[in-house]
Amino acid sequence: MSGGVDSSTTAALLKDRGFDVVGVTLRLYDHGASLPSLPSLPSLPSRACCAGRDIQDARHVAERLGIPHYVLDYEDLFRNEVIAPFARSYARGETPVPCVLCNRTVKFRDLLGAARMLGAEGLATGHYVRRVDGAEGPELHRADPARDQSYFLFATTRDQLAFLEFPLGEMGKEETRALARRLGVPVAEKSDSQDICFVPDGDYARLVRQECPEAARPGDIVHEDGRILGRHGGIIHFTVGQRRGLGIGGGEALYVLRLEPETRRVVVGPRRGLERLRFPIGGVNWLGSGASIAPEGVRAAVRMRSTQPPVPATIHGRGGDRAEVILDEPFAGVAPGQACVFYAGNRMLGGGWILRGDAACP
Amino acid sequence: MSRVYLDHNATTPPRPQVVAAMVGALRACGNPSSPHSFGRAARKTVEDGRARVAALVGAEAEAVVFTGGGTEANALALAGAGRILVSAVEHDSVFGAVDGAEAIPVDARGVIDLAALEAMLAGEGRGEGRGRGRTLVALMLANNETGVLQPVAEAARLTHGRGALLHCDGTQAAGRIPVDMARLGADTLSLSAHKMGGPQGVGALVTAPHVTLVPQLRGGGQERRRRAGTENVPGIAGFAVAADLASRSLGRMGTLAGWRDRLEREIGTMAPVRFFGREALRLPNTSCFALEGVASEVQVMALDLAGVAVGAGAACSSGKTEPSRVLRAMGVEDGTSRCAIRVSLGWNSRAGDVDVFLAAWGAVTARRSLLPQ
Repeated sequence: MSGGVDSSTTAALLKDRGFDVVGVTLRLYDHGASLPSLPSLPSLPSRACCAGRDIQDARHVAERLGIPHYVLDYEDLFRNEVIAPFARSYARGETPVPCVLCNRTVKFRDLLGAARMLGAEGLATGHYVRRVDGAEGPELHRADPARDQSYFLFATTRDQLAFLEFPLGEMGKEETRALARRLGVPVAEKSDSQDICFVPDGDYARLVRQECPEAARPGDIVHEDGRILGRHGGIIHFTVGQRRGLGIGGGEALYVLRLEPETRRVVVGPRRGLERLRFPIGGVNWLGSGASIAPEGVRAAVRMRSTQPPVPATIHGRGGDRAEVILDEPFAGVAPGQACVFYAGNRMLGGGWILRGDAACP
Repeated sequence: MSRVYLDHNATTPPRPQVVAAMVGALRACGNPSSPHSFGRAARKTVEDGRARVAALVGAEAEAVVFTGGGTEANALALAGAGRILVSAVEHDSVFGAVDGAEAIPVDARGVIDLAALEAMLAGEGRGEGRGRGRTLVALMLANNETGVLQPVAEAARLTHGRGALLHCDGTQAAGRIPVDMARLGADTLSLSAHKMGGPQGVGALVTAPHVTLVPQLRGGGQERRRRAGTENVPGIAGFAVAADLASRSLGRMGTLAGWRDRLEREIGTMAPVRFFGREALRLPNTSCFALEGVASEVQVMALDLAGVAVGAGAACSSGKTEPSRVLRAMGVEDGTSRCAIRVSLGWNSRAGDVDVFLAAWGAVTARRSLLPQ
């Protein structure tokens, strides 16, 4: 229970359905300690017992629902498993998706393990996805397109899935709020959370600079044809596909095509330079039929960004947790570090991390 | 579901006689400083309480300064001291109360290293500079997490031999083992009512006649100018009854120790458990142990859901949990101490409580097979 409307309503809904519900809130970061210079937050001594507002909200909801509520301190875990890899990935010139890491480790490995230790029969979250019991076991399906979060759950294993419940999967956000009001959830009107919870002000650069100072060193902005166009203040300020903020005026529209952390070069060029037809992926999790992806290929629709409609592709298993994605049509906006998630209709078949590869369209 | 309370080191349930005495005192209006009959009655309650609390530790009534609890008593004892040496396993209200305090190491059992203390005191003068600025050694009688007892009397001899003072935090010990101010040789001794069946929010600093305290709350003449503020009359009334009853029931502690020892024997056969402080002299009611691989907070949650209340190191309400400083001082790795819980029995414990605990904790250990290895 994050203290937000979704997990609060999840708890209320299950309680309403007669389940024996136990609320757990994860303490993941202490803004007072980890981001001391945020002007909007009071600075607190690092050992402060700062019951964050969200933890208090969750506790309040649990009290209203009459369910036991506990806080698990996963701050160290979250720093090691989510924040540090996020920063390192950013410093490598990638565009990371920390929510996937958090779901895979902190939530569905550690919290799920804690739930098992409590003797729970399942772990329910407020994610907008659907668990459907298929012939070969539980399947993950997309929720309402406006709210679907399946992209962030691609790394969920079959074992984890068997233990998970997503009661909001059938609902839209307004339905959830209406339900929250009906069930008397105190945070029904609370606004939705930020994109990346541990960077509430959106200033990723500062966080990455703290963890990986080398990523903040200046370098050249280079056109893909070799011309040096100018200087930049560190690759942490760029992501692949970015157009604005290059500090280069006039002429053709230029996009960040790739980031080269070894030489600290930001390579830019016209939009067609972003187009990719095939790219390698790693850390693949497969939830489709069979144990793994066949080398000869599996047809699927794929998303390379959380907000992008799926496009048709063939995925080829390449041994281990590697695979290669070959798109039917070139696609602009394949950024290393993002997840490539596979679908067959509404069913999510798994996914993998987009790796750097020299697979530009000829 | 029958609920079992095994967290007496966090706080003890108030005894019914304590509650009755407090309700009586709450109903009787009166400020002890008022000269009229209402005030005189309240004054009698306070002074009667002072004598009974003093009796628990073999002190004179005048030696007792009532405070708002053990933490305040510790703060009062430390105030005005010069150099401060504290054991590495002191409670936070001592350990974290002053900047620049020097930590006296403990051995793997959790017992203070007297040779180290002696060496740390080697440079001290003999009996010079009474009053403000004297060197102070703070040593608890019993540890809150492990129950380990410290050689306070020996430490006091060493300390006094160097002209320094010794403060003893007796909050966990008083009411559980015999505590005698003179035998301990402590210059100040802090007590807390809610660790002995009394109410929360009242404690005492017992002070030897030669010690001059530096008041922390000033402006009123209460407690002989050592602690300003209207006395907590209902709290003191409850404290007094708790002290009486604790003193009278010390004989029952052997029974508690027997139950504690049985609990330790049984859990040792159920899972690989590591005990802390078991080789040292301990309080009869306390057991501290780790179940490797299962975080303390998860054990506490699972036991709570089964109706059994135990402690998990020092946790705060926001859920920020640090590995135990006490166990770290004993040389326990953080990974192990993060899996430690504390079971502490008390006046309302029954033999069957141990069985309820064993059943609930056994269920937790059995679920370890559900975790991916």
